[in-house]
Amino acid sequence: MLHEITLNVNGELHIVPVKSHHTLLTVLREQLGITSPKRGCENGECGACTVLYDGKPVNSCMVLAVEAEGHVIETVESLAKNGELHPLQKSFIEHNAVQCGFCTPGMLMSAKGLLAENPHPTEEEIKHALAGNLCRCTGYVRIIDAIKDVADHS
Amino acid sequence: MTKQTTDPVGKSVPRIDAYDKVTGAVQYVDDLQFGPGLYYGKLVHSPHAHAIIKKVDVSKALAVPGVKAIVTGEDTPHRMGLYMQDRYIFARDRVRYYGEPVAGVVAISEEIAEQAAKLVEVEYEVLQPVFDPYEAAQPDAPLLHPDMAEYQWPPFIFPEPGTNISEHFKLRKGKVTDEGVDPEVWAQCAAIVEKTFRLPQIQHVPIEPHVAVARWDLSGEVTLWSPSQSPFAQRDLLAQGLGIPHGNVRVISPYVGGGFGGKAGISIEANVVVMAKAVKGHPVKVRMTREEEFFCTNVRQSLYAHTKIGCDKDGHVLAMETAYYFGGGGYNDYGVNIARAAGYSCTGPYSIPNVKGDSHSVYTNTPIGSAMRGFGMPEIHWGIEQIMDRLADEIGMDPAEFRRINCVKTGDTILTGMKMPAVDLVQCIDKVTEAINWGKEEPPSAPHKKRGKGIAIMWKAPAMPPNPGSSAIVRFNEDATVNVYVGAQDIGQGAFTVAAQMAAQVLGIPYEWVRVSVNPVDTKYSPYEWQTVASRITWSMGNAVRAAANHARTQILEIVAKYWDEDPADLDIKNGVVISYKSEREQPLKKMVVYGLPNENYEGWQGGPIIGSGKFMPTYVTNLDPDTGQGARAVVHYTVGAQAIDLEVDTETGEVEILKIASAYDVGKAINPDLVMTQIEGGAVHGMSSAFEGMFFDENGRLKNPSLVDYKIATAMDIPKEIHGDIVETPLEDGPWGARGVGEHVMVQTAPAIANAIYNATGVRFDDLPLSAEKIYRAIHAQEEQEQ
Ligand code: FES
Ligand code: FES
Repeated sequence: MLHEITLNVNGELHIVPVKSHHTLLTVLREQLGITSPKRGCENGECGACTVLYDGKPVNSCMVLAVEAEGHVIETVESLAKNGELHPLQKSFIEHNAVQCGFCTPGMLMSAKGLLAENPHPTEEEIKHALAGNLCRCTGYVRIIDAIKDVADHS
Repeated sequence: MTKQTTDPVGKSVPRIDAYDKVTGAVQYVDDLQFGPGLYYGKLVHSPHAHAIIKKVDVSKALAVPGVKAIVTGEDTPHRMGLYMQDRYIFARDRVRYYGEPVAGVVAISEEIAEQAAKLVEVEYEVLQPVFDPYEAAQPDAPLLHPDMAEYQWPPFIFPEPGTNISEHFKLRKGKVTDEGVDPEVWAQCAAIVEKTFRLPQIQHVPIEPHVAVARWDLSGEVTLWSPSQSPFAQRDLLAQGLGIPHGNVRVISPYVGGGFGGKAGISIEANVVVMAKAVKGHPVKVRMTREEEFFCTNVRQSLYAHTKIGCDKDGHVLAMETAYYFGGGGYNDYGVNIARAAGYSCTGPYSIPNVKGDSHSVYTNTPIGSAMRGFGMPEIHWGIEQIMDRLADEIGMDPAEFRRINCVKTGDTILTGMKMPAVDLVQCIDKVTEAINWGKEEPPSAPHKKRGKGIAIMWKAPAMPPNPGSSAIVRFNEDATVNVYVGAQDIGQGAFTVAAQMAAQVLGIPYEWVRVSVNPVDTKYSPYEWQTVASRITWSMGNAVRAAANHARTQILEIVAKYWDEDPADLDIKNGVVISYKSEREQPLKKMVVYGLPNENYEGWQGGPIIGSGKFMPTYVTNLDPDTGQGARAVVHYTVGAQAIDLEVDTETGEVEILKIASAYDVGKAINPDLVMTQIEGGAVHGMSSAFEGMFFDENGRLKNPSLVDYKIATAMDIPKEIHGDIVETPLEDGPWGARGVGEHVMVQTAPAIANAIYNATGVRFDDLPLSAEKIYRAIHAQEEQEQ
């Protein structure tokens, strides 16, 4: 069944017809053309699809699009403001925290969610916050360093 | 002002692709938009590991509204394969692993395709499967490929038709016969260790699952979009497999979301192309679910290894006999060449005077075994590195010292008869032992924990045909910025960044002036590259980029020399300006690299748009004798390295915590030292994770753990407390600036290094992978009981 809903994504309102069983991930990627949340498992197991949902990181593959109406959704596309990268993005570049890049959008959103709640996390807290975001390339080391660097300098 | 990095080779400049990756701008295949004409496909998988296909009935599925076409083995009459041409794109007469594609359904939506796929009716006659590679190699094993004799294979592969053995590589060095090493040699040994080791299949687990989109135009042009390490090899295979000209096949590969070998060669891509042929003019997209990714794409092969090594009382290794049986899966992709590589490198990084090695690739009723980071080396090092430790133990020598004495050194005649190119493995051993305070006993953090240290060393050569080529183009723009074109792929390792560094270095321009115009790699426009595999890109693509940049540089210097009436040999390019050391004149590259330079009084012009092209192909690799594996030059070179690990084992849970892992690799020359470090770190975690990974099959060959919950990979919570890396630089003769690759090596010996450290901590040894907390717990307690 189709529902017409209004989604608040990256500060813009989108009116979209969505199927009841379609996930937020599918609608973001395939109907709104917002492709930074990645499809890694569609089962809540990899974190590649992480977006902020009212400021908290969630796996967008585990949220039905219809449920997302009335919530504030943020993706990586919203991080840079006026052509200026977000400190987390800068830090990811400086620390070489990116390899293939497929986990990167999810990592950035988890990191943003963490720092919003806990601006000065310990290394353990960072690792904990990233536990649901898998990365097969980097060994996580630089990602943790990059987040810590931002936390230490804010 | 934006930063300008001159002479960037050897400097840790930022990745060229990082900005696009952190802003979400990078597009992977599934991000590309194909418009409303896009169809979706689903594969129908075999529910049996080994069966004869009696009948395929697609009528019910075809009747589902929205279904556009269904293809089966009927539509794919030609055999295809990277080395052995042993498979049909869709199974025809027989299925050989659980999950093998039997049919493909094309529909207007993924959901309809999925529903219809369930309605394809296939009648099977189930056959006896065989999963274990050693069993499968026995004469009475169920035969997977009775028609093997009809297959085609390249001359350096030695299959044994009538058996399941698709490759048998023989290595004979010193006092050996086919029976083994001369008993007199064994008699000189003060210690001999003989063991059997088993490793399960494991999966690459790229975070981006396989996906492919194909369109077959009415004109006969075929376009494939795939995240690929091998766009040109895929083009070649498709052209051959479908009987169409290479020029009609276009493979477009944007960024790859993790490869590790799993996106080399070909897996589902050919299936998707055949599905697209059935609905000409429409692009067709097939995406693997995570579950399909586990059982229907290529995996690392299993291994059964039986190895015997002996040394004299002073610790000199005298003899080795080893038999490797790789579980190749239902078909070969890279499989036969993995067994070959494991054969010609069967000793690991040791100089051993007497060697008998037999390395086999064996068909088994499991997913297709193929390339994975390290290509046979992690598998064989698991056993070798533990036996070396045991030998050192038996003769009472320090295991690091034992390795220093026996490891390969520059100029050694190695097992194939080749002279070892320049490397410094001893320095790698020194670095890692120093980094973890080797030899110093340190206390565990709690009474129920045991602390231990372990070491392992490795080697690996790029495993490939003798003549894989690379090419590159550099093109100047009006403002003297440069576009570099390569056909190599950036799979996360940083290939594009080093290509830009090398071009800038040769051209005398800042790194920031270079764009790498390879996203996507497109076989229609990109210069040829064999494949992004084997840790060969920095070396091979690098040489091509250097040649292309030199070609452009020579043109520029000749034009300016003529303009100034000087000798090109007196000129140089620095920071984007041609300078003369003789006359001290200066000529900026800007404009002149496109518009040229005027003659005196503007009476005519010189030059024109500067384009440089370059290529590289090794020309010196020789054949090996089929009976002995001997030859002048088996491989292009080896990269070597060492890892040492300090860890704790919790005796109450069996959990292992790595306190520190130290790695050192001889990369010849680090073009970008920090990128080398990121490989070292990522590899250490990948290697650690791999020691605890395994694919488990039930008695019907069905994978029991096809999810990220049941097949765990390392998370941020699991990583070592400290990861240390050292870079050793012994230049490689034909490497660009001396560089050789390191992308795979970084995980080759991690599992045995962990095992050796666990032994040091607990006195317990493990012959089989994977490790698990439960297994370690049980082994520790079994040992305690024995001691009581
Ligand atoms: S795609 Fe959502 S968690 Fe993997
Ligand atoms: S950078 Fe490749 S998965 Fe994280």
